[in-house]
Parts: sequence; C-alpha cells; structure tokens
Amino acid sequence: MEMIAPLIFLALLATAGFLFYKKATLIKKTILMGKSEIQYNEPGRRWKQVLLLALGQKKMFKNPLVAFLHLIIYAGFIIINLEVLEIIIDGITGKHRVFLPFIGSYYSLFINVFEILAFGVTVVCVIFLVRRNILYIKRLSSNDLAGWPKTDANLILVVEIILMSLFFVMNGADQALQNLQAPHYAPTGSFIVSSMLVPSLSQLPIDTLILIERSAWWLHIIGILAFLNYLPYSKHLHIILAFPAAYYSALEPAGKMKNMRSVQNEVLYAMDPSKAPTDAAPPTTFGAKDIFDLNWKNLMEAYSCTECGRCSAACPATTTGKLLSPRKIMMSTRDRLEDVAKNINQNTQFVDDKKTLLHNYISVEELRACTTCNACVEACPVSLSPLDIIMELRRSLIMEESSAPAEWNNTFSNIENNFAPWKFSPEDRENWAKEN
Amino acid sequence: MKVNTMAEMMASGTMPEYLFWVGCAGSFDQRAQKITKAFSLILDKVGISYAILGKEEACTGDPARRAGNEFLFQMMAYQNIQVMNAYGVKKIITTCPHCFNTIKNEYPELGGNYDVIHHTTLLQSLINEGKIVLKEGGAFKGKKISYHDSCYLGRANNIYEAPRKVLEVLDAELIEMKRCRSNGLCCGAGGAQMFKEEESGTTRINIERAEEAVATGAQIIAAACPFCNTMMTDGIKNKEKENEMAVLDIAELIAESMA
Repeated sequence: MEMIAPLIFLALLATAGFLFYKKATLIKKTILMGKSEIQYNEPGRRWKQVLLLALGQKKMFKNPLVAFLHLIIYAGFIIINLEVLEIIIDGITGKHRVFLPFIGSYYSLFINVFEILAFGVTVVCVIFLVRRNILYIKRLSSNDLAGWPKTDANLILVVEIILMSLFFVMNGADQALQNLQAPHYAPTGSFIVSSMLVPSLSQLPIDTLILIERSAWWLHIIGILAFLNYLPYSKHLHIILAFPAAYYSALEPAGKMKNMRSVQNEVLYAMDPSKAPTDAAPPTTFGAKDIFDLNWKNLMEAYSCTECGRCSAACPATTTGKLLSPRKIMMSTRDRLEDVAKNINQNTQFVDDKKTLLHNYISVEELRACTTCNACVEACPVSLSPLDIIMELRRSLIMEESSAPAEWNNTFSNIENNFAPWKFSPEDRENWAKEN
Repeated sequence: MKVNTMAEMMASGTMPEYLFWVGCAGSFDQRAQKITKAFSLILDKVGISYAILGKEEACTGDPARRAGNEFLFQMMAYQNIQVMNAYGVKKIITTCPHCFNTIKNEYPELGGNYDVIHHTTLLQSLINEGKIVLKEGGAFKGKKISYHDSCYLGRANNIYEAPRKVLEVLDAELIEMKRCRSNGLCCGAGGAQMFKEEESGTTRINIERAEEAVATGAQIIAAACPFCNTMMTDGIKNKEKENEMAVLDIAELIAESMA
C-alpha cells in the first residue's frame, strides 16, 4: 500500500489536471470565437483595476456585511490552499505532514490559522445557504435562477462545507492518533477547532482511527480535485475569471458607446466620395445576432458572471417588472456559448443549428426595455457589461432586421428630416430665444 | 432675450468663448425651453460670451445610436462636427447630459474634439469664483430639495458633486433619495425610451422614481436633465403631488435666486 498510494495519487492528480486543462482549453477556444477588434491599452490602469475590483473586492463593499462574509470565503479559499500544497506534496512523496520538520513549532500556528478560516468558511456557507433557501433574498431567488442555476449555487456551498468538514475530521483523527502515539503520526500540538473532535474520536481503536484519518485525507483531496473540474461547468468559474474580467473592464467613461468604424467610414464615403478607397468592401454584418459577432471580452464576461444578480437588483427595467434582466442576458449568452461549444465538439466545426443568441436565447422584448442607464455595470462587482451585449444586439435588430417599434421609426425619420427626434421644423429651433 | 448665433458672431468678426449647445429638448420642448432661457439668463448676467448654433444645430444622434441605428448616429455626428469645426468651436456648454455625453465622449473618435462642460459644472465654478451672487433670503431658503441624479451625468460621466454643490448655496435642506449617486435610479427616459412606449411591466420607471422622490418629503425635485425633468414631472402628477412638489432644473433654481 505504501508504494501504491503515491502512484494512485499521482494518477489522480494527473487525470484531474488533464481534464481541467482540456476543458479550460475548450472554454478559451470558445471565448476566442468572438471578435478581437478592440485594443486594451494602458496596462498600468488595468492592473490597478485587478487590484481594486478582483483582489480588493472594492465594489462588494457597497454592502459591507455581505462583502465581509464573501471575503471570509475568499480569504479562506486562498490561504487554505497553502495547506492543499502540503497535502499534494504528501500525496506525491508518501510522507505525512511534510512541512512539520521544517517549521517545527510554527506548524501548529499555521494549521490553527487554516482551521479558524475553515471554520469561518463553514459558517458563512451555512449563512449563504440560509439566505438562498430560507430567507429567499430577492436577487437570489428570482426566476433567472430557476432550475440548474439554483442547484449549482447550493451545490457549491454544500461541497465547500463538506470539504471543510473533512479537513477537520482529518486533523481531529490525526490528533487522536498522536495521543495514542501511533507510528507515523508525529506530534504537532493541538489544533484549535478539530481538537474539539478529539475526545469522542479517542474512544475508537487505532485501526479505525487510521481508517478515518486516511479516508478523510483522500476524500478531502479528491473532493478538491473534483471541485476544480466542476468549476468550468459552474457559475463558480468566477473565482478564476474575475481577474481577467477586472483587467479588461472599461477604462473610458461608462457613457461612451463602442464606435462602429465600418459605419463611420460608410457615412464618410457617402458624404465625401473622394475619401472612399476604390477597393473598400462594404461591412458584412451590423451589430451582433449571435455570439460570433460579439467581442471576445463579452464572451469571457459571460463565463465570468457568478449570477449574483446585483445588476438585476439595480436595473430599472427588472425592478419595474419588465422582461429584461441583465443577469439573464449574461446567463443566456453563456448558455448559447456552451451550446455552440458542444456543437463544435461533436461536429469538429460549428454546424448551423438554426439558432442565434438574438431571438432564440434573448428576446426582442428584453432588449427593448433597456434604458442604457449603466446601473448594471456599476452594480457588478467586477464591472461586467450586460449593457454592451444589449447594445450590440439592438444594433443587429435595427440595422440587419429593420426591426423597430413604430415610434422609433418615426423618431428616426424625424431626426433624419427635421434634425430633432420630434416633428418640429428645424427653422424653429431658435424660436425660444425670440420669446420672452 | 437676445441670443447670438455663431453665424451672426462670425459675420461681425467675433468669436464667443462658449458654444451653448441647446439640444433638441431645450430648443423645442416647452418645459425644457424654460431651462434654456433660465441658463441663458445666468450667462447674460454673469457676462459670459456665448452663442448658439440656432438652425445649424442638429440632434447629436444619441437616441438613434442607443436605439441601435448607428448609420443615423454617424450621419448626425458627421454633420454636427463639420459645422462646429468650421466655426473653430473649442468650448461647449450644454444643459443636456445626453448631448454632453455624446459630444464629450463619442465625437472625439469621429474628429470632433472640444472641451465639453455640463451646465451644473459651469455653475459650480461660477459660484466658486464668486461670479454668481444670490439674493439675500432667496426663494428656496429652508426649503427641502432632493436632487435626482441623471444617469448620463452620474454613472456615465462621474459627475455627482457639481449639482449638489450648486444646490448647497441655496441655503436649502438637501435630502437624498433612497437610491442616489452611483446607485441612483434612472428616470426611464434614456436609451431612446423617451421616444417609445415603455415595455409592459408591473409599474413605470418614472412612477417608481417619483415614489422615492415623494418619500423624501421634498418640496422641490432638482433635476439636471430635460428628459429627467419630463419623466419626474409626469411621475409626480401620477402620484397627484404636483401641487406640493415642483420639478425644477438646477439652472432654474439658480436663475430665480440670483441678485
């Protein structure tokens, strides 16, 4: 067994790593199906955004209590990974608590910090489960999340609680074994949380304790590797993609809409034909009908969204009962992306499935309800932009399908003919100045 | 009121310091015309040299672009930039946050580079410089005023303080609505919604916002956007509070209070 265990461990580690790499590569490929027409310069300011939004979670603190709870899980996740590092080295080398001889009496200090964090994570996960399933916090129980997304959210919290519990059981059994002076279980000193399990565990015979300790150790690391591979299928992918999302989020004033260079040039050539190059090809598509027409940043953002719903809670359309929900825009975009990725995986290249993001995943009524107020972008902790996607789809509706409400068509013709959205004569524009 | 046009100025061989971009609402909407007049009055009193484009001004294209009609936007932008560049316009003031946003953020890429200032920002600096002097015991002294953030000033351009600083000099009691500043609730007009019927829902956005405004107990809702003004006025009428509350632009509040 002592010879086989590291081999099994290595095989597990390699399999988990390979599967994760494969899926991550597929997601990257899917994201890069988007256009890459935008330059992302000013790296200094962008790294600052990563520091503030992703690492510092600045925007989360609009609600300090929830931000604090989220921070506990986040800090726990990052810091407890140091312990996972030891577990992995133990697994590969077949040693037990490999760091112990190197840091001696500091070892229990480290484990105590991990245990306090792990306890905090457990408590917060329970609170989050209560918020979702008993208190029914509005943004966490809206229709957007019906079905799989709700299960996904609960599953993440339950798995985290299980992983933390296994960590405690493992440490508790270890301490009980140390008390019994079992071989291979070197004294570490007492651990603050798991020591509470020791009195009841000490009733058990050594063999059973070893079985418990080993089972908890294996289940804990298998659980972590499984969770790693669950990430790409889950909203929990945000723990990775929040960082690039913050990096690429807009630096310009939020009110600035993306310019369409192709249309700008078309208009320029129409107004001033001398500027038109002889070989200018007319633009092929306007706006976005499907994910292929969006920017890759929009697609990455769809994968980064953790469906927290702060955007929809702030959206004037959602809160007044319109069909539009910015969170659903992000979720629908990801749904479409995953369907396309599946399609490509099955057919080696994308085979037309007679579906498009516009119409089949996001309806015209949703798009028509947006006031472009930027509340969704402002509310998003990592400044994802549902608005950007909405605007690109609106462009397709108007410019590709000529689909507009009759009032908008009147507005357009007024602007074109009278230079104002209302039907006034341009001659009267300065009349206000003549009156008193 | 005598307001010069750029064409008249040019004919007389002078150039104003500012182009006052009036905007479509400010030019044609009867309610918004009052804001335009109030602001011109302030400019005249302070002695700022300005002119309007008059008949040569056209919609910036904001509603067209946000509805999705990029062609129309580009046409309007091209036309406006041609006119302004021909006059050598350098500084623009405007009372409309939508025009402000479009000219300031979206025209530069198309060849229109100007220093664009929203009227609340200009009013704040005029007050700071002591150029705006208010009457003793002005009409709004001690009144409760609540400022409604315009999305295109606030979230779109990070202007939250200037309008509030201007209101402070009125010696009134400023009360914030439940959702304010970066959390401010939209009036419902942006994104070309002003020009179409609202999609079906449980309530209208302007009614929801009016309810928040009413809840402050303010006598005056201060706005800084002609579209917010219309939406809030309608919302307050819907709540049958039009006799207790008035929706006024910050320019109107200052014009009324000036010595």
